[in-house]
Amino acid sequence: MSGLVIDKQKCIGCGLCAGACPASALTMVDDVAQVDQAACVLCGICVDSCPEGAIAIVKESQGNTADYHGVWLFAEQNQGRALPVAFELTAKGRQLADELSTSLTVLLAGGPGIAGEAQALIAAGADRVLVGEDPKLAVNLEENYAAWLDQVVTEGKPEILLFGATGFGRSLAPKLAARWQTGLTADCTVLEIDKQSGLLYQTRPAFGGNLMATIYTPSHRPQMATVRPGVMPYPVLDETRRGEILACPFPQDFSPLVRLLQERQIQAETIADAELIIAVGRGIGNAKNVALARQLAEKLGAALGCTRPLVDTGWCEYKHQVGQTGCAVAPRIYLALGISGAIQHLAGIAGAQTIIAVNSDPEAPIFAQAQYKIVGDCLDVLKALLAQV
Amino acid sequence: MNIIVCVKQVPSTNEVRLDPETHTIIRDGRQSVINPFDTYGLEEAVQIKERLGGRVTVLSMGIPATERLLRDAMSRGADQGVLLTDKAFAGADTLATSYALSLGVKQIGEYDLIICGKMAVDGDTAQIGPELAETLGLPHIADVKKILSVDETSLTCIKLTDNGEQELQVPLPALITVLKDINMPRLPSITGVEFSLTAPFHSFSADQLAADTSRTGLNGSPTQVVRTFTPERGGEAQEITGSLDEQAAEILNLIKG
Ligand SMILES: Cc1cc2nc3c(=O)[nH]c(=O)nc-3n(C[C@H](O)[C@H](O)[C@H](O)COP(=O)(O)OP(=O)(O)OC[C@H]3O[C@@H](n4cnc5c(N)ncnc54)[C@H](O)[C@@H]3O)c2cc1C
Ligand SMILES: Nc1ncnc2c1ncn2[C@@H]1O[C@H](COP(=O)(O)O)[C@@H](O)[C@H]1O
Repeated sequence: MSGLVIDKQKCIGCGLCAGACPASALTMVDDVAQVDQAACVLCGICVDSCPEGAIAIVKESQGNTADYHGVWLFAEQNQGRALPVAFELTAKGRQLADELSTSLTVLLAGGPGIAGEAQALIAAGADRVLVGEDPKLAVNLEENYAAWLDQVVTEGKPEILLFGATGFGRSLAPKLAARWQTGLTADCTVLEIDKQSGLLYQTRPAFGGNLMATIYTPSHRPQMATVRPGVMPYPVLDETRRGEILACPFPQDFSPLVRLLQERQIQAETIADAELIIAVGRGIGNAKNVALARQLAEKLGAALGCTRPLVDTGWCEYKHQVGQTGCAVAPRIYLALGISGAIQHLAGIAGAQTIIAVNSDPEAPIFAQAQYKIVGDCLDVLKALLAQV
Repeated sequence: MNIIVCVKQVPSTNEVRLDPETHTIIRDGRQSVINPFDTYGLEEAVQIKERLGGRVTVLSMGIPATERLLRDAMSRGADQGVLLTDKAFAGADTLATSYALSLGVKQIGEYDLIICGKMAVDGDTAQIGPELAETLGLPHIADVKKILSVDETSLTCIKLTDNGEQELQVPLPALITVLKDINMPRLPSITGVEFSLTAPFHSFSADQLAADTSRTGLNGSPTQVVRTFTPERGGEAQEITGSLDEQAAEILNLIKG
């Protein structure tokens, strides 16, 4: 049966689920939770609220998955070069393929000359690179790429297909998932093979990063995911690795509806890939102090980040905003100056390796997420830093 | 020019608190707002209508209480609201949601343009726009930051890309997803609020849409949540002590790695 299922053995009758249910579908009967299936909207809030893991949403399985084999990934390019995230994915894909005892195929598409990137992807761990080299693939446009990928993926039937969670990947992958009527998990930070089922477990931050959700696609293929750039480690290239490079032509009868009139490449528009971020919140005080933080960032070769109120007051431009409605970042070091650590802000820094927080309030929520803290005035610390660089 | 704006009800994220014992999100489920990105989509649609005439329809799949938010959208310039609400839609992932929305779009009938927000702030997937477009057989442009020109036959816009911008043209009908930079959403006007009280509002069940229920809700969702958990951080934050100069030196050490 599909729906919300309560394990009566595990339920301890605490009532947290009934309190959390927005649809009033859960009641406590003889100290055991009971669900009114007609009222339940399957939002999953009770599943999260249960301290015993006694509640689950289950559904009947369906579909035929046995015909699909191999781990595949899409290597995105810009101006003829494969992006770093393509190499990160290749290293991760290698690991997944080994665990499944299967092969790793990389899909490399681009304009004339793109085939030159294939050997490096083999050095990063690919067994096989399928190359689509065509002037129509020189610029990242969803329709053309979807036409080529549809052709090679429909023929090759991979069990897993990964994309980088770049702007382009997050626009292209759902177009294909809908065409193939399969599942797609957005913006994953962890990928693992479940030992028992051999399925891809895809973990992503949910509800603003304070909760992680692990998602899988049991009975549709391919199992698709987009993976956040900068989260998986970049591989050491092994130039002695050998692999197969196969040309797969672009379907010449295809013509897209969306027409590119002009493209402008602007460097460093986004702070998403920054390795080092100096971020400021309302505690920085005023626009003059923001300028000091900007100065420090420039001297350190870091990017400037900020919270939303600073954008709202015009102290920073929107492109610096980190968080749920701004940019998600994954730096090695995130220095947070005068930031309280609201959940919407934390949503954007789930991928940060080390957070150093400076805040005058010892109870500031940011400290719970930080590895290092200074309880004190962020302006003093900022000035001391400036004096030393 | 007829425009459909997809709006989603999301928990007003200000209300989100963590339960200190269970480390799970406490939501009372009653406080909800229109997904912030969708308010930009609505504003853009209303501005186009004001220039070219036509009709703006706000479309949502959600619980019956979503009517309140659709009426709010009508106080800000939308002409009618369409809500898809049914038990059969519950538990939908992005594929099942886009299927249901595609039926809603067909129900609305004549349209030139569909606008979605870049993403919904509760799920952050940004997948519904492209999936809905594909389900309807339409081209899409994601992450639009400015519309340069639009009429019944085509739309020209600037899309923000990973490396800069693209200026793109697409024949209509088509679907776009919009960014925050695109405009400043208006507040409801008094006449708007009056209009919204009696404005045309239609709600449809799965049956009324002749939905294939193997493609809706939980049944139509290829993805499933295995588990949720609170992310682990490496325990307590370590305090950086000493004089200001020592603290600054320690930070620089960490930065240099
Ligand atoms: C739908 C929605 C989406 C949102 N999206 C985002 C988003 O994407 N990104 C985002 O950042 N926010 C977002 N917000 C806003 C978010 O909820 C918070 O309001 C915001 O992050 C708080 O910013 P802050 O930490 O700068 O300010 P505050 O919360 O005001 O915190 C200021 C901090 O500075 C400290 N402080 C004060 N003076 C000093 C000093 N001299 N030295 C050191 N510390 C000092 C204070 O103790 C305090 O902790 C969103 C909100 C909503 C409702
Ligand atoms: N249930 C829904 N009803 C109507 N529109 C939706 C719904 N879910 C998502 N959308 C639209 O799709 C956009 C992207 O949402 P998402 O893919 O969930 O991040 C939103 O900004 C909305 O415009």
